[in-house]
Amino acid sequence: MRSGRAEVTVLPAEPHMLDVLQGFVHELRTAGLPVSMTENLDAMRAVEYVPIDDREAFKAALGATLVKNAGHYRVFETVFEVFFSMFSPGVNEEGELELDADAQANFDELRAAMDQGGAMSQVSNEELAQMLLDALMRMDQNEMRMLAGAAVARFAGMEPGRPVGGAYYLYRTLRQLDADGLVNKMMARAQESDQIGDGAFDERLAREDFEGRLKVLKEMIEAEIRRRLVADRGVDAMARTLRKPLPEDVDFMHASRDEMQLLQRAIYPLTRALAARLAQRRRHRRQGHLDFRQTVRHSMSYGGVPVEPRFKRPRPSKPEIMVVADISGSVASFARFTLQFVYAMQSEFSKVRSWVFIDGIDEVTRFFDESQELGEAIQRVNTEADVVWVDGHSDYGHAFEVWHERHIREVTKKSSVILLGDARNNYHASQAWTVAEMQKRARKVFWLDPEPRGYWDTGDSIVSEYAPYCDGVYEVRNLRQLQKFVADVVEA
Amino acid sequence: MGERFASVEAAGSRLREVDYLSDSSIAGAVFLADRLGKPILVEGPAGVGKTELAKAVAQATGARLIRLQCYEGLDESKAIYEWNYKKQLLRIQADREHERDWETVESDIFSESFLLTRPLLEAIRADDPVVLLIDEVDRVEIETEALLLEVLSDFQVSIPELGTIEGRQIPLVFLTSNNTRELSEALKRRCLFLHIDYPDIEREKEIVRVRVPEVDSALAGQIAKVVNSIRNLDLKKSPSISETIDWARTLVFLGRNEITPETLGDTLHVLLKYQSDIAKARKELGVDAPAVVKK
Repeated sequence: MRSGRAEVTVLPAEPHMLDVLQGFVHELRTAGLPVSMTENLDAMRAVEYVPIDDREAFKAALGATLVKNAGHYRVFETVFEVFFSMFSPGVNEEGELELDADAQANFDELRAAMDQGGAMSQVSNEELAQMLLDALMRMDQNEMRMLAGAAVARFAGMEPGRPVGGAYYLYRTLRQLDADGLVNKMMARAQESDQIGDGAFDERLAREDFEGRLKVLKEMIEAEIRRRLVADRGVDAMARTLRKPLPEDVDFMHASRDEMQLLQRAIYPLTRALAARLAQRRRHRRQGHLDFRQTVRHSMSYGGVPVEPRFKRPRPSKPEIMVVADISGSVASFARFTLQFVYAMQSEFSKVRSWVFIDGIDEVTRFFDESQELGEAIQRVNTEADVVWVDGHSDYGHAFEVWHERHIREVTKKSSVILLGDARNNYHASQAWTVAEMQKRARKVFWLDPEPRGYWDTGDSIVSEYAPYCDGVYEVRNLRQLQKFVADVVEA
Repeated sequence: MGERFASVEAAGSRLREVDYLSDSSIAGAVFLADRLGKPILVEGPAGVGKTELAKAVAQATGARLIRLQCYEGLDESKAIYEWNYKKQLLRIQADREHERDWETVESDIFSESFLLTRPLLEAIRADDPVVLLIDEVDRVEIETEALLLEVLSDFQVSIPELGTIEGRQIPLVFLTSNNTRELSEALKRRCLFLHIDYPDIEREKEIVRVRVPEVDSALAGQIAKVVNSIRNLDLKKSPSISETIDWARTLVFLGRNEITPETLGDTLHVLLKYQSDIAKARKELGVDAPAVVKK
């Protein structure tokens, strides 16, 4: 026992650093990143070579060893901020700042101001805003970071132990800094000094440049708030509060606007990857029928003995997809993603047709065919489709009945029907027989439900009335599940 | 393991010397790959300089670049080694008259002089410093990926007739991927991961200045801003760095030292390759189509 204790003290590496690293990796795993043992060891070796003093390089080193999927990088960044913001105070100030004496004096003042919470400082709010504007114009990142720190100290009004999220402090700081007005101020500054031309085109470029700078500043402020929150509440608590799901795990129904955009961007590469994989697998699967003619012909070279049987090349038929989607408020975003996904996968299907409904139903295939891009098509679906029959509350029974009447004859053994919705029918009649008819004629009928399985058949949800007539009822709440479903359909 | 670069900054500045502008994550990954003796998997949109990075590192370290271009259907005989069976046949026929016993013949024809080395084996057996580039690794099938694993993790190749050939050095290895499919976990585990994205305005400006020295600072800044602005649009294919450079060269060639909406309208096709993208960029940026001469 005693000797074991002695050993600990002679460990060459800083045990503290490795402890933090272990906590860090644990948190990454909790957030859903698949960090393997090897990768963990790599990270431990990496930090021996790249000291934490150079924060950017340190972060790059951990990123390179632990994150193997670009989509996961955002989650990594957040966790990194939480775990390592505290670790090397002084890095922000250190850097290689080349400042003249004047700026240095300002800095010292600001640092003092930060330490005192800002109240006693001689720098007035106006002066601070002015300095910030100067820094933005020069895009001096070091100075911006300092000033962001000062601004947070002064404006965020952070109090220890106050159970308020970072978003609130961010909002307060930005409002006090008049963040929305900053771009205009920068524009005015640039125009005064003739940095930009007169045309609308030049103006647009300059504006975008300045907006980009402002975004950098916002990120700095956010980082500073996070740093202070971590100092106040401790690493573990903050990690839990800030934990974000990976893009493929974000719930469609509860995605924030930022997450929505992220999903939107994730959809295209995902479909491309999926399409490539499926096409490859289809090409390489050998299950063609015996080619009699070829076999006999080939047997001639063996004196008429069919030594080597020949097979026809497999020619897998692409399925025809018919999507019928509920787009009432409760499931709209889910339906949107699914439609987008299906259309983005179009190369894998011979034909895609789609309908949307609330209590009335309308075919929307034309919007997708006519529009250049998915976003525009979705926009038109939402505005132009005629989906209200009586009161604009979901009525699956009526919608299915109308669909049955108009389109059931077009369903063939090649078509797969995909029904999307939470089956919350507002206590209308289910008309489940229509789905039974579909199943009789179609190759497959699938139901995708965006609600967690536990909620099915509670309240006015009647999934189980339709389920017996479906070849599969899937819970699809995130991209991962959606992707898996599409793979199943194409392979089936 | 390796000591090619003294520090992360050193890696960055050595790359700078050969006209490759890195950022902290690129320089960091290169430095670490050298120290840990691990391959780097480089991912990112087309034309951000993934292949270029490997070339630059080779140049900066004075190493020979060995490149394996991947494609669907790539196999062992094209990636690692192949027996030169025509030569072997000739040898067997020539030996017939001497009536040697089979064992001598066998050990003869399965010796190194009958071996055709392909890029991976070549990299392993090299005596001089090399950088190995496995380009577009996402194009090979998952089964073929497994071939790479032995090479990448232990830096050795087993040839049944000759035994295991071990590398004399651990070269820097770069694998690039356009992410058309998910690579296997096993492969990813063995590599460091580097995602290169489009550069920010400052870095792109620098890149333009380094690669097209005729462009002055103001024009380079404008170029970077315009390209950045175009990348913000929702396009089928955003302009890559190489297209930015092409565009800069075009502007120099045309003798423009300022970008006006007209100039942009005339040269937009250098940056964008889809007609629908060009139309969209025109509309969004308020740029007119080039005047069509009517007959």
